[in-house]
Amino acid sequence: MKLRTVLLLVLVVALAVPAASIMAQDQVELRIMWYNDGNEGEVLRDLLDRFEEENPNITVEIDTVAYADLDKTLQPQVEAGGANAPDIVRVTDTARYRPFYLDLTPYLPDPDYWEASFAEPVLNSFRKGADDTGIYGFPTQFTVTGPFINRTLFDQAGVDVPSEVMDEPTWNDWVEAAVEVAEVTGVPYAIAIDRSGHRVWGPALSNGATFLNEDGSFTVDSPGFRETAQMIIDWHERGITPLGVWVESGGEYASARPEFVNGQLVMYMSGSWQIAGFAGDIGNEFDWQAVPNPYGEGGSTGIPGGAVMAAINTTAHPEEVAMVMDYLASVDVLTEFTARTLFIPGHIGIAEAGVEYDTEDPSVLQALNTFLAEVPKLSEEAYGLQYSPIGFPLNTSIRDRLGQVIVGELTLDEAIVMIQETVDEAYAEVYGE
Amino acid sequence: MSLFTRWIPRRYRLAFSHIVNKPFELLMTGLDIAIAPLQWVLGVRRMAYFFIAPNLIIFGIFILLPMVLNFYYGFTSGQSILLENREFVGTDNLETILTCEDYGNPNTCKEDLFWRGVRNTGAYVALQVSTMVVLALITALALNRKIVLRGFFRSVFFYPVLLSPVVVALIWKWFLRYDNGLLNALLENFGQDRIQFLADPQWARFWVIVVSDWAQMGFYTLILLAGLQAIPASLYEAAEIDGANTFRRFRFITLPLLMPTMTVVLVLAFIRAVQVFDQVFVLTGGGPGTATLYIVQYIYREAFVNSPPSFGMAAAASLILASVLMVMTLAQLFFARRSEAT
Repeated sequence: MKLRTVLLLVLVVALAVPAASIMAQDQVELRIMWYNDGNEGEVLRDLLDRFEEENPNITVEIDTVAYADLDKTLQPQVEAGGANAPDIVRVTDTARYRPFYLDLTPYLPDPDYWEASFAEPVLNSFRKGADDTGIYGFPTQFTVTGPFINRTLFDQAGVDVPSEVMDEPTWNDWVEAAVEVAEVTGVPYAIAIDRSGHRVWGPALSNGATFLNEDGSFTVDSPGFRETAQMIIDWHERGITPLGVWVESGGEYASARPEFVNGQLVMYMSGSWQIAGFAGDIGNEFDWQAVPNPYGEGGSTGIPGGAVMAAINTTAHPEEVAMVMDYLASVDVLTEFTARTLFIPGHIGIAEAGVEYDTEDPSVLQALNTFLAEVPKLSEEAYGLQYSPIGFPLNTSIRDRLGQVIVGELTLDEAIVMIQETVDEAYAEVYGE
Repeated sequence: MSLFTRWIPRRYRLAFSHIVNKPFELLMTGLDIAIAPLQWVLGVRRMAYFFIAPNLIIFGIFILLPMVLNFYYGFTSGQSILLENREFVGTDNLETILTCEDYGNPNTCKEDLFWRGVRNTGAYVALQVSTMVVLALITALALNRKIVLRGFFRSVFFYPVLLSPVVVALIWKWFLRYDNGLLNALLENFGQDRIQFLADPQWARFWVIVVSDWAQMGFYTLILLAGLQAIPASLYEAAEIDGANTFRRFRFITLPLLMPTMTVVLVLAFIRAVQVFDQVFVLTGGGPGTATLYIVQYIYREAFVNSPPSFGMAAAASLILASVLMVMTLAQLFFARRSEAT
């Protein structure tokens, strides 16, 4: 009996060890490099857990980094490749990683679904050279820049919200209304705009600026851009905007979110990605709203944007990567992701069908509807700027040079010349001219 | 008798120390057995290389290799980090950085931010090093006297040195903020207007120096204090008998004999000041505008903030910075040795 038990055990072990080793060999581990604006990492984990249940041979790890450190961490990893590189990434500077994207077309069951579901400019932003068919990734969300107001302060001050009493309120109308609210309520700051060139583009285009030339290069100097730059400079001179954003923050991106969330700011020019954060941070402290982008000579436009997920070409498991990407880009999954993260969908079909957002917060629903209404108003130039390979240099150069003008280190004329030099150099580098 | 063995009865102390020492004896014997054949092969003289090898390897990997790589990056261009993907451009990066119509006006320079960094760093080094060394010397002289709570004060002045530069910067940032800053709250309490300490270029430059002085002074005070204590008391006694007053004793005894220590302090403070980055990065981020943008932060921005990154320019700027540091340090040492010789 004892001998038989021993033999049985030996047999089980003899069978189990190779089986386990085969299973271990088949087990594929993928890594996603990710950053969070709000709760989307948590939502992604839930969705991936379900994927893993359906595909037990694939596990997906999420490496979350701070947005500010994303490029510093990601670039060395994708360049080095091998085991260090993530298999999938979430980025905003799509053009920067073009050499490293994996064309998923051969591995996708239905590449046409991707072509039909995601906007062409977004799909093109992954492609390089003459390539116009490759599928490399998809937008996890669509964002639109636009202003928010502290509605409670407007009501307390008894000042009309310009968009409710005027057909096409200009930036000037909004600024004067916000100043009046700040004066009546004793709030320290009337208006603020994120320290980002991207945030300046929208008001500039609305004020009639044109940047894009036919050959893809940029011309910075235009009356609309000057008017917008001068408007931001004036806010600082009048002391109606927090200096912590454009002046104290040195050479990097800065937002006025803390001032707005703490009820110290009447109007805040930012974008739709703030919604989930506001919902959590402001709660019931005060009523806040998104309002339409102000009007000007160029109409009223925000700037599109958003994050994308892309596959990386150094992966050792392209088929499994394609499975994960296809799962995450599917209608059901992306609908749930959008509903729970309170983002505007980057998927055309989902946007058309509408999303039942996972919230009852009236401020959130109002803001989402307002930004959704901004999408059809986005100008062609707004898309052109966002998806241009030299858009990022224009963005950072406007940010840094305008910051210098505000503190008096440069005149606006000097700043415009310097921004132009930067984008010309970037253009020459990208297009080789 | 150590405090540790005091509680053991005297007759057991020897046995106790044998027991405690045994593991160490065994360890040393083991090492001896392991190293003896190596010593036999290498010879006693060459064993020195064996002992410094671990440190040399670490130094080579983390200091020498990056220096060589930085040299290579400085003469190449492109956005890639990988060496094989970078294009050799000769001295183009250096030329771009050094091209200026008027060196007195950074706006006329091709790489205006580098020259702003140079100008800011020059002013910072001159003011920060001079004020800090003077303050450290005064503090060291005060702490060298027999004053009440001398030990306490020595700790107080040294304490900021133990803090991380990031912590120092964050503490001062809370202190200096316009909204809800401690200093502005005090000003308001006394009926004064609040001041934009970190948004006004002049104030920002001033506070960067104050914070650096506060954070680093203790370290240099300690070195100077050691130098002061090494001066024989008999010299002061003899000078006092000869009727020398306090100033003359300081001028003709303290200062000359402290000069070698002062040179060390100056060289260390100078190098550290030129390399200023972390503390200022957290405190002002280089702002307002570029008022506190120093060379190292310019390098950091070129390589890690700008999109697309410019590793070649950053490396070229590092080479220029290293060359300037080397020349200045050698000059300082040369003059110090000459003054010692005379």
